[in-house]
Amino acid sequence: MELAIYILALPLLSFLILGLVGKNLSHKVAGILGTLSLMVCTVIAYSVAVTYFGAGRSEDGLFPTLMPYNYTWLPLGGNLSIDMGVLIDPISVMMLVVITTVSLMVHIYSLGYMKGEKGFQRYYAFLSLFTFSMLGLVVATNIFQMYVFWELVGVSSYLLIGFYYTKPAAIAASKKAFIVTRFADLFFLIGILIYGYYTQDFSFTINESILLSASAVLPLALGLMFVGGAGKSAMFPLHIWLPDAMEGPTPVSALIHAATMVVAGVYLVARMFPLFVGYAPETLSMIAYVGAFTALYAAVVACVQTDIKRVLAFSTISQIAFMMVALGVCTSTDPHKGGLGYMASMFHLFTHAMFKGLLFLGAGAIIHAVHSNEKEHMGGLRKYMPITHITFLVACLAIAGIPPFSGFFSKDEILTACYDYSVIMGMFMSIVAALTAFYMFRLYYLIFWGKSLYEEQLNSYNSGIIKEKPHKPHEAPICMTAPLVILATITCFAGFIPFGEFISSNGHAYEIHLRTEVAISSILFAIAGIVIATIMYKSGESKLTKAINQSCKGFIKAAYRRFYMDELWMFITKKIIFNCISRPIAWFDKKVIDGSMDMLATITQRLADFVRPMQSGNIQSYSVWFLSGTLALVLILLYLM
Amino acid sequence: MIIPAEYYLVLSAVLFFIGVFGFFTRRNLVSLLISTELMLNAVDINFAVFNAYCYDHLEGYIFTLFGIGIAAAETAVAIAIIINVYRNMKTIHIKNLRELKD
Repeated sequence: MELAIYILALPLLSFLILGLVGKNLSHKVAGILGTLSLMVCTVIAYSVAVTYFGAGRSEDGLFPTLMPYNYTWLPLGGNLSIDMGVLIDPISVMMLVVITTVSLMVHIYSLGYMKGEKGFQRYYAFLSLFTFSMLGLVVATNIFQMYVFWELVGVSSYLLIGFYYTKPAAIAASKKAFIVTRFADLFFLIGILIYGYYTQDFSFTINESILLSASAVLPLALGLMFVGGAGKSAMFPLHIWLPDAMEGPTPVSALIHAATMVVAGVYLVARMFPLFVGYAPETLSMIAYVGAFTALYAAVVACVQTDIKRVLAFSTISQIAFMMVALGVCTSTDPHKGGLGYMASMFHLFTHAMFKGLLFLGAGAIIHAVHSNEKEHMGGLRKYMPITHITFLVACLAIAGIPPFSGFFSKDEILTACYDYSVIMGMFMSIVAALTAFYMFRLYYLIFWGKSLYEEQLNSYNSGIIKEKPHKPHEAPICMTAPLVILATITCFAGFIPFGEFISSNGHAYEIHLRTEVAISSILFAIAGIVIATIMYKSGESKLTKAINQSCKGFIKAAYRRFYMDELWMFITKKIIFNCISRPIAWFDKKVIDGSMDMLATITQRLADFVRPMQSGNIQSYSVWFLSGTLALVLILLYLM
Repeated sequence: MIIPAEYYLVLSAVLFFIGVFGFFTRRNLVSLLISTELMLNAVDINFAVFNAYCYDHLEGYIFTLFGIGIAAAETAVAIAIIINVYRNMKTIHIKNLRELKD
């Protein structure tokens, strides 16, 4: 377990090396250095996982919670201190495996995707920084350490979204992501401080008596922490940054904005889960409702987007909302009595990271081939990119919830947990799951089926309508397809991992068993979604599609504009906050605070202007003053005597 | 017939203020120098007069002699400066001599 520190140290080291001397390295050396260090890191993470789970449960039937390192970093007086350390328990080990795996795939993939880009070394440095921060976040021994790394992942996300810093859209997106998540993190910090103040403890260990005495403020503190998590995990209405974050390089979207960073909020809630269940059940049901609404909202918006990365972004929001819902519907820590959602959520986190990473990397390969994000420039690509096609299809089937792919198993557990909570919640999430299947297959057909733009262009080139020979889409190089294949393989088999053996809400082994009626209904829903998508989009946009588009034009337009959430935020910030708060404050600052300082300066200057002519340097005028002064003194003395 | 001391004092006061007036109004360095000499001489007269009329010792006369000596030395130095100023600036008009001020 002591090896775990190297999982953190290696990416940090590689960040420092690449960041400091990266400019002097060639692209190849920098890329290989970053990838190699991460490969070692992945191997260590796997060995930690194998040793940890291989060592088995301790006598009380739980996997032990280990802390190989824990140092007091900042003593705050009393018993309160901020520690830095490494915490090893089932969910952190699971996260270590997920993060290192996806990160390694992205590192390898980027060797091909980012080839020849300006700032290649910088890119790898930032990737290493991100990996370090994310790993630090999951192994945090206390909520404050988590917060520190939480902000670090925010910074690295900002840096990577704005990687193409000459593109105004990328800069705007990076700023938006940073400001929105930072705004949410403010609530997180307040929550942490309230929690720390009342419980005199930042660590995750549970002390019943202290918690009971603080139980009045715990729902508030946990609710505020959830707001932070909602910002990072793009829950409605703080989701607005995630679609724009797609301006970053595609592998970055795969790593940060699909697989790892955005699930930090879910991880946070899972980390604090015993507190949520024990002391703030109403906060937990609020999480469930927020999640359910977000899932539906994002799924509807994803159905009409034209930019393939935007579709995936909204699908990510929707899937994370699934995990949030799963956590939210838990009513106890016993997985047999309403605590199933915890395991389901972590399971879905695991499988989602793999297939969503795969989807993004596949989308990257497609964008690499056609040099565009828009669906208009795609279609009919299955002939040109067979490997991408197959792996993408696997991921689509997984996210749609078709057995035997991994997404089916995890989503099924979530739906079961939802049905346990209430039938309405279960039905609602099933419908969202059907929508998921629909929009993913819409995307799939639009990219790989239908008319090929290249063939059309080739025809018109041959008949002389256009002069330029069109660019032929081509399969990605091996270093890009290899990660696709690896992730697809994981996606095919991850569903059979006995996940409940390792992670469950109370730590005891839980055997996953599919509930027949839920499983069948969810498969039927998924198939229905796929069938509708097939009818509507298989051969381009059919007449039926056009008719549907025509009949609910207004709704589709509203959905395309994401139901005007960005405009609403813009209105709130620009019109209300700027005008009602910022401008008065700015006025006060300029006129009153600056004004009083300016006045002091002005008075001094005026005084100086008045005094300065006396110091003319002219001896004669000095002597006149001197004489008049002397005379005046003499007169005064005479008068006094 | 003894000349009353007041006569001398009036002379010295008139002389002193002629010097002061000259010092204030002249713009020529040499005139300024002459004006200071006038003031110094007025003071010297005062020393001599007060020594002669109200004092038994010789300190007043000695001081007068010192004053004359110092005035001579000072004049020599001042004239030397003025000549150098003239050589450098081609003027001894006080309005034009602002280099040290600025």
